[in-house]
Amino acid sequence: MSDRVAQMEKRAEIKNRIQDGLVKYGFIAVTIGLFSWFALTEETFRQPSTLFSMLKFTSVVAIVGLGVTFTMVVGGLDLSVGSVAGLAVTVSAMMMVIYNLTGFFSGVMVLVAGAVVGAVNAFLIVWLKIPDLLATLGMMFIVMGLKLLPVDGQSVSSKMILRDGSVAPGKFTEGFRAIDRAMVGPIPLPVIIWLVLTILAWFLLTRTRYGRVMYAVGANPEAAKLSGIKVEWYRFSAYVISGLFAATGGLILSSRIGQGDISAGNSLLLDAVAVALVGTSVLGIGKPNAWGTALGALLIGIVITGLTIKGFPYYAQDVSKGLVLVLALIFSFTLSRKKARFVPAT
Amino acid sequence: MESTVEMRHITMAFGANLVLRGVDLNIRGGEVTALLGANGAGKSTLIKVLSGLYPNHGGEVVIDGKQVELETPAVAKKLGIQTVHQRINEGIVPGLSVAENLLFEKIAQNEMGRVGSISKIMPQAMAVAASLSLNWDEKFMRKDVYELGIADQQLLILARALVEKPKLLILDEPTSALSASEVEHLMEVIRSMRDSGVGILYVSHRLSEIDAIADNLVVLRDGVIRGEQAQPFDWTNALGQMLGEDALKDLESITEQRGSQTFLEIVNLRLFQRSRPFSLSIRRGEVTGVIGLLGSGKRKTGVMAIEGRTFDPKHPSDAIRDGVFMVPEDRVSSSMFPQWSIASTTSLPFLAQLSRGFVLGFSAEKNRASEIIEGLQVVATGPDQEVDALSGGNQQKVVVGRWLKGLPQMMILDEPFRGVDIGARRTISLESRSLAESGSAVLVLTSEVDELLGVADRVIVLVDGEPKLDSYITETSREEIVGIMSEVA
Repeated sequence: MSDRVAQMEKRAEIKNRIQDGLVKYGFIAVTIGLFSWFALTEETFRQPSTLFSMLKFTSVVAIVGLGVTFTMVVGGLDLSVGSVAGLAVTVSAMMMVIYNLTGFFSGVMVLVAGAVVGAVNAFLIVWLKIPDLLATLGMMFIVMGLKLLPVDGQSVSSKMILRDGSVAPGKFTEGFRAIDRAMVGPIPLPVIIWLVLTILAWFLLTRTRYGRVMYAVGANPEAAKLSGIKVEWYRFSAYVISGLFAATGGLILSSRIGQGDISAGNSLLLDAVAVALVGTSVLGIGKPNAWGTALGALLIGIVITGLTIKGFPYYAQDVSKGLVLVLALIFSFTLSRKKARFVPAT
Repeated sequence: MESTVEMRHITMAFGANLVLRGVDLNIRGGEVTALLGANGAGKSTLIKVLSGLYPNHGGEVVIDGKQVELETPAVAKKLGIQTVHQRINEGIVPGLSVAENLLFEKIAQNEMGRVGSISKIMPQAMAVAASLSLNWDEKFMRKDVYELGIADQQLLILARALVEKPKLLILDEPTSALSASEVEHLMEVIRSMRDSGVGILYVSHRLSEIDAIADNLVVLRDGVIRGEQAQPFDWTNALGQMLGEDALKDLESITEQRGSQTFLEIVNLRLFQRSRPFSLSIRRGEVTGVIGLLGSGKRKTGVMAIEGRTFDPKHPSDAIRDGVFMVPEDRVSSSMFPQWSIASTTSLPFLAQLSRGFVLGFSAEKNRASEIIEGLQVVATGPDQEVDALSGGNQQKVVVGRWLKGLPQMMILDEPFRGVDIGARRTISLESRSLAESGSAVLVLTSEVDELLGVADRVIVLVDGEPKLDSYITETSREEIVGIMSEVA
């Protein structure tokens, strides 16, 4: 009888090892596998210029996704990030084109706007006690509509005719446009910004008291409070950070487009939430984390770039993003023996 | 004819962890069989096997001589095995009335036809209640179960399990939320079930209850039955089997210490709206045990002062700053973080001391956790092990230890022994006592007299929100305490 028991134990352990290995490295293996496949089959894909432009194009989603990661860490989710990025585009265009202000000042105002939206989100959630998803959904609509008011629903471009019939005095400054265009050696500036912000977020979340407490607030707010933590303040800060990151993403986007496109940022929300969700499954961590989000964005970037080069139509992009997300969720929820915890309770 | 449920060499593994290593057990109808075991012994797993939650178990279950496969909870119920789980919330459906909850299984299986209104099922619900000798009236039946007190909810769940007369009724810690008089009522219901021929498997940590109700006693340790006996029980023997022989030393013998210096002064505290206000001082250097709080509301007025200064905490952080630490009652919801390691869990309230500026000090944190593990003999692989993976008693040691290590001025332990095995209970008692010896004030709230006597120097008995006894234990007795508690009840 004890033989049978020992055999059962052994078999169970082998099965667990395989499963844990799959959860831990499966996602990275998928990323490397896809990358290698594209690189081996497509000449264009493996050129450094393609890779850098892929990274550059991914950076906006990745940065906005980092902000979402913070709200997921405290057990929430920010659905207003796409509209905040869009707000950033309109605000920066208005500042420079209509009011003829400097690029630097415009950039600062964009960050202020992002932080303000984040603070309003936090106010609704923390003090008015509206569930995260619903409060930020409401803010998404408000911000999306509000930004159209001062520009009469028009995209802002240089030399446009203003309400009083005059021609807009300013334009996107060279300095502002350089945010997207500048290079550091061979690396585009947005990629550097992405990397720096990822390191910053990683350090904050895993190496500081602040980050530890953020995870505590997300994991069990009641127990966190009883440990002497002012839970409200930490949730507040997560939404402000999310607003700042979304505004930063919008800033890069605005610099790239070079005009106040009113529809900019609209598609960012789903992508940003998706990369943050995908990020939770990287390395089997099972909780939102900075490097996971970065890798999630990278994988989606690889898939989209690869498929585009292979000549798939644009609508294949959404299908592939969805597949990546579902695959990641299978790693987190189905295969992982830990319970994944990052879906906010509504 | 009375039924027998037989378990033959039941095994169950979770991954590499073999929790049940071959359990052989017979439960006969018309008898109450008590199952005793420390946390982590495999009791809950065995119960879940019998409830049909683990169809992939090893060994076989035989009911009345016929082998059965317990594939799902529904199958188990059909075969006559009903389980009342420890958590009340898992057993009731909020938003539905008492009557609907009572007949929920029948309604769910469409046996009641298309049920439109509560009046339609009322006759049957009343009949069921009457057959279980519950004098519930129609008004009570119409209440939303959410409005019921814990005791009534517990009775409702029990009644629900009895609607279809089961062959085997499993009760998992049915009294953990009940007061003494409610327990007595429950015991009567259990006895009448037994006398009608139902086999009952009774799981509890409370030895006095087992002694009062059980016909047989079975001890489980490390997934194997270690001992079986019939009334009258030899408790020393049973506890030895439960804990391993060596764990059973001087559990009850404490040397009373008295403190002289007042730490917390409570003036004109009113616990209930109608109760008389009272004043009380909690002293350093002794363990004050308070019994009889269960069922109290949160409403309170009064003034508190710590050594001359007003103490009016608006947030737990205020109390912590003054050195007043509390271990709340329910460790999972109030002290634990899913998937957190022992190190992170224990360091959380003290991160400022364990960090260099803003940056976490990982090694300081781990060292502290290792000291807690060592000091309270936590059975764990190390500071990195997840708290969820520990047994209940060891989890409790961790959540108590994290505050003890912070050298409190005053330590409040709210029901620290609930759902904790005797080994862990002993460790926590000893640690609380040595904390008091070192000059801190220790306050233990409990609803069990035996737990109280095992830890406290000074005993306060609250009845209806007022202290009816305040005495050192050498000047009172178990009988006096029980007498005062049952006076009003």
